[in-house]
Order: sequence, then structure tokens, then C-alpha cells
Amino acid sequence: MTERKTVSTAPYIIGTAPFRPGDEANFGDKFQEKPGDLNRPDPVKCEAKDTILHAAGLVRVLDDDNKAKGEWDPKLDAETMIQGLEYMMRLRIFDDRMIKMQRTGKLSFYMRSFGEEAVAIAQTMALEKDDWIFPSYRQPGAQFVRGRDMVSMICHCIGNTEDNVKGRQMPVHYTWKEGRFISISSPVGTQFSQAVGVAMASAYKGLDEVCISWLGDGTSAQGDYHYALNFASTFKPPVILNVVNNQWAISTHKNLATGGRTFAERGLAYDIPSIRVDGNDFLALYSVTKWARERAGAGLGPTHIEVYTYRAGAHSSSDDPSAYRPDNEFECWPGGDPVDRLKLYLIESKIWDEEKHSQLEKKIDDEVMTAYKEACEFGDLASGPYPPASTIFTEVYETVPWHVQEQREELGK
Amino acid sequence: MTKMNMIAALNSALEHQLIKDENVVIFGEDVGYFGGVFRVTAKLQEKFGPHRVFDSPLAEGGIAAIAMGMGLNGLRPVAEIQFADYIFPAYDQIVNEIAKLRHRSGGEFTAPVTFRTPAGGGIKGGHHHSQSPEAQFTHTPGLKVVYCSNPYNAKGLLTSAIECNDPVIFFEPKRCYRGPFYGDPHNVPTWNDHPDGEVPEEYYSIPLEQARIVEEGSACTVIAWGTMVHVCEQAIKDSGIDCELIDLQTLVPWDRDAVVNSVKKTGRCVIVHEAPKTSGFGAEMSASIQERCFYHLESPIIRVTGWDTPFPHTTEWDYLPSPERIAEAIKKTQEE
Repeated sequence: MTERKTVSTAPYIIGTAPFRPGDEANFGDKFQEKPGDLNRPDPVKCEAKDTILHAAGLVRVLDDDNKAKGEWDPKLDAETMIQGLEYMMRLRIFDDRMIKMQRTGKLSFYMRSFGEEAVAIAQTMALEKDDWIFPSYRQPGAQFVRGRDMVSMICHCIGNTEDNVKGRQMPVHYTWKEGRFISISSPVGTQFSQAVGVAMASAYKGLDEVCISWLGDGTSAQGDYHYALNFASTFKPPVILNVVNNQWAISTHKNLATGGRTFAERGLAYDIPSIRVDGNDFLALYSVTKWARERAGAGLGPTHIEVYTYRAGAHSSSDDPSAYRPDNEFECWPGGDPVDRLKLYLIESKIWDEEKHSQLEKKIDDEVMTAYKEACEFGDLASGPYPPASTIFTEVYETVPWHVQEQREELGK
Repeated sequence: MTKMNMIAALNSALEHQLIKDENVVIFGEDVGYFGGVFRVTAKLQEKFGPHRVFDSPLAEGGIAAIAMGMGLNGLRPVAEIQFADYIFPAYDQIVNEIAKLRHRSGGEFTAPVTFRTPAGGGIKGGHHHSQSPEAQFTHTPGLKVVYCSNPYNAKGLLTSAIECNDPVIFFEPKRCYRGPFYGDPHNVPTWNDHPDGEVPEEYYSIPLEQARIVEEGSACTVIAWGTMVHVCEQAIKDSGIDCELIDLQTLVPWDRDAVVNSVKKTGRCVIVHEAPKTSGFGAEMSASIQERCFYHLESPIIRVTGWDTPFPHTTEWDYLPSPERIAEAIKKTQEE
């Protein structure tokens, strides 16, 4: 064998997180990008090339002085914004209650949307009620917007006798047909390309329906992400594809998820209009999603959105972020807290105040507690009752085939 | 009745479905304008338009995902995976997503998707155009698995597969597209001279879960599917033994009564498939048969299968179960 030639350069790159435990995290006080930096292109005339700056920059509306600025201000009425705030507060309080339940053994597992409450809520509010929702882990908030009963949500998380998926899935893997909310799937990313198929079916039937889907910065490495973008680019169905860049995929920082600059810019290569938006800015998220909805509704096909945010909590109840990132990262995230930002804007706009806020907080807290108690009446994980064992064998097929029936009889339940 | 080869019969089944149900859409690599590399979808785009029969980008994982999305939003997609060997990028979507959707959503969502895919060897396709991966799917609850063997059952079974509200993996033995295969590569008959090449032009279906007794016999039950059905016919002839040949047709759920009644009658059984032996569907059949027919068995159940090796190129006739190997096994069942 001939001698193999060597080089003196360093081997392949191994990225790293900007800060690790023991470091003092510092992202700079404020975003460099400001509201008003980016224009709002005409949604029905916009092409991918018109969004080059939007994919590299950051669409913002809520400025650092708590005022709404720029072309992307959706100019929502007070009622809608207060409603949005209420949904976000509800999600946060609900999550806190669920994580407490998990810690006392009432749930096997939980995932909070902490710090990302605006994402599913603002974006779902910008959609029409018949639009399809194909979520990832941190979009359960969409169900509040669509009016799902909290008791039903908690029953699912417990996996008790009233769980609509009959104790078959881990907590947070909500399914809710009435709200067109399709089950979250643990092998992450699969929903992204399925969403394109859902949108193609709506388009095939000539229906004014859009499908929205989300996945994370880590998941955007999956083939499904690229299948989705390429199929969406090819067939141009009414779909809104969001990469929620919350910086962390469990312990893997986004610097190890991509060698590119922004996630949004990837969409440009597929000739899909692509926008990067501040994910902690309720108004910007609403506005960008409404814009994408308009495009989709007008038959112009997909929009690709990078939702730039920060995963404030642990990945899940099984995760301990102190092992891989400093504790103060969220505190110094330039995007701040999405609930506080909308709240401060509403106060600044004289349509909200601290007293109303704490009253609402108390009201929601009571409602969540009541819902929790009601749900537990149908059974909890620690002591049951659970769905009957026969649910193992049903709905595997439309009708139970003989071999599954035989096995059910073998179990004898 | 019209003379049809398997390609024409499958095409006819698809055409009837496109006429019957506007929710049926067909897509996959090269299936649209060109009509498929094996021509199974020939002229369907021309007849039904590009929104119903179309070419997809070359990504099996994407094809499967799109099919699931369409299926749960009210369509009845028929997706082609160009070769069964190429199905694995779609495996996660099929196994974790499509197969489990009904169950994990508490019955709220379903995806009635059919995946058609040419499978099996005998075309000098080497290891990536010859595999028969049925066992990778029979091991997945939620899927139905169908394997046709001739033009008549190809049309009838594909009709049922598409109309089924459960997801179906539909294997087409590509060696038999244009004619039966009796194990001799130099003998290339067509479907023209075969009774199962007589196919009604009109709509019909063959129920899933139903095996086909190809020939009745009393000395040994031979179970096969796909191309091996014809190889077994030859082997039975060569062996001179009065065998009952069962074409399983649907592997999940398989026809318990047909198989069990036959083995109880003959007391002997040979199971034949192209796929490797270890964990092949023959293992499942063999275990199930001994559980149900043990006291009727006069001799051990024998499996004749492909080897536990990658599928070869130039030596494929030494890989595939041959009439000689199968006849030998049949004779062996008679010794004890």
C-alpha cells in the first residue's frame, strides 16, 4: 500500500455552545435588529428573492421601549391582544401546575413551553379556524386558542379513563381532531413533511385551508425537514413551515446543529419566501404568520419561518440544563420574556395594568386548579383508574383482525 | 375476460379506483408523465390529469410523509416506491407514523394509504433491486401486508388494498410482471397462456385475509407467496407428490383457516419464500402452524428460503429457492 498523504490543517470542526456552566452568559443587552429595519413586502406579490434581508435579519414589532413600531405592526385591537396575553398566561400557569403534578408522581413526564408561549399562541391566532395544526413539543398552546377544555388536556397527560387517546401516548402528545390538532410524534420532524401532504390534500379539494407545522433547530437536521421544504417548493401547497430556533436541542446547542448562518436562509435555496422573526414578540409573530396565511390563501404556496427564541426551561421533566448551560442565560436573552413583553406593551398602551394582570393570573390559576382536580377524578397515574386493557387491542386496525383478537383473549381482559 | 399481464392488471385496478373515487391520488418517482419504470401507471396521468397522477421528487421518506398527510386529510393516496429495496428511507414514516396513527390518536385520525412496491428477485437486479422485505413490515402492528402473484389476483387484491381503511404495503413480484416464473431463467412464458392471465376488464376485488388454494392435494401443504408460488408449482410437479399449494396472498392478517385446515389434512408442510430465512415470515408461519397443528404433524415443518446473505447478482439462481430445493424438501417431509 502506498503511503497516504497528510495535511497540517485542523481536523473537522466541532462547534460549541457560546456559554457553559460556570460562564457568565452575555448575549448583549439588546438585539442589534430593530423594528422598522425590514419592510413588509406585499404578501401576494412577494417572491423568495424579496425576503433575502428578512431571512438574514429579524422581524420585530415590540421595541425595547415597549412600543409597537414599523410596517409589521399588525395593529391588533385591544381585545385580541388581551386575549393573546390571557392564552400565554394560561399556558404558563398550566405548565407550572403540570410540572408540579409530574414531580409528585401524578404524571410520568412533562414538557413545558416556558419562554416560548408566544409561538403557538400568536401563530394560531393568526390562522383561520379550519387551518390544520401539526405541532412539535412546544406548541400545545395552540389548543387554548382553539378552545380545548383543560380537563380534557390534563386527562390526556395523566392517561386516565377520560384520556381521548386512551392512555396510549406519553403526556403532551396531544391529539384533538375537533381543533385540527394532529398528534405530536416523538421521533421529531416527521410532522413537517406530513404537513405538506395535509396542505396538498386541502388544495386538491379546493378548500381554503392552510396547514402550519413547527420543528426545532435541532430537528431541522432531519431528512423530514428537507423533504418538507423540497416538496413544498415543488408543489407549492398552502403550508407554513416554522423552525423554532430556541437555541437548544436537549443539550446540543444550535451551533452544533448547522454550519449555516440563519435557519431562515435555508428556505431561500428552495425558492420559498423566508422570514426570521423574534419569537418572543407576540405582535411580530402574529404579523408574520398572518402574512404567510395571506400568501397561502391566495394560492402562492409555502412560507418558511425561523422563530428566533430561547428555551427558558429544561427540555423536559427528565432533563437537567444546569449540566450544560449557565443558569442566567434566559435572564440575559435579548428577546426577554414573551409574556412580560406583551404585558408591558399593553400597559404602555394604557389598556392593561398590574392589577388587572394579577387578577387575571389568580383567575386562571383557580381555573387550572379546578380543572386539575376535576381531571384527577377520572384517575391519576399513581393510583388509576386507567383506560381498560382492551384499549391495547382496539384501533390498531379499523376492525380487530383474528390474530389480535386471539391475543386479547389470551390476556383475558 | 381479457388477456392481461400483471402490469396491465394493476393498471386496470388503478384506473377503476381513479374513476370510482375522486379522493384517490397516485404519485411516486416516475409514475406521472412516464407512467412508471415498470409502466404500471402508464397513461393514467393522460387520462386523469396531473393533479391525480403525478411525479414526486426522488425521496421515499417524503413520498411516505406526503401520503400520510393526504390520507389524514381525506384523500386515499396510492404511492409507488419504485423498488422495495428503496423503501427504507420511508421506514420511519411507515412504521412509526402511518401504521400507528389510528391507534395513537385514539381513532381520531387515520391514513388509508397504499404503498405499491415491486419486490423480489429473478431480474438480475443485485442486492438493491431484488430484495423481498415483507417481514420488515409484517412485524409492524397497524399495517396490512399483501403480496400478489398473478394478474388476476394482482388486480383484485390491489382494489381491496386501496379501498381498505388501514394502511397497506402491497408487494408486486416484479419477476412475474410479464409472465409466471417456474424457476428456469431460460424458460420465459408470458401470461397469455396462463389461466390467471385472464382478467375481467370490469371492477372486482379479492378480499384481504383470504389465501388461494392453487391446487389441492393430500400429502403435503406447500405455502408460498409472490414469485415462489409458481416455482412451487414446478417443484410439486417435479416431486411427483400430491401437494396442496397455498398462495397466501395476504400476509397480515393471514388466512388462518385455509392454512390450518390444509396442514391438519396433510400433516406435512413446506414454507417457501425468497427473503432470508432468519426472522423471515416463514418463521412466523412455521411457529404458528406448530402451535395450532402440532398433533396433526407427521414430520417437521421445513422452510425453503433465500439465504441469510445479501442478495447476489450473477449467482441469483443459487440464492432463490429453486424447484430442486423445494422438491427435495417436499420429499423429505414424506420420509418420516
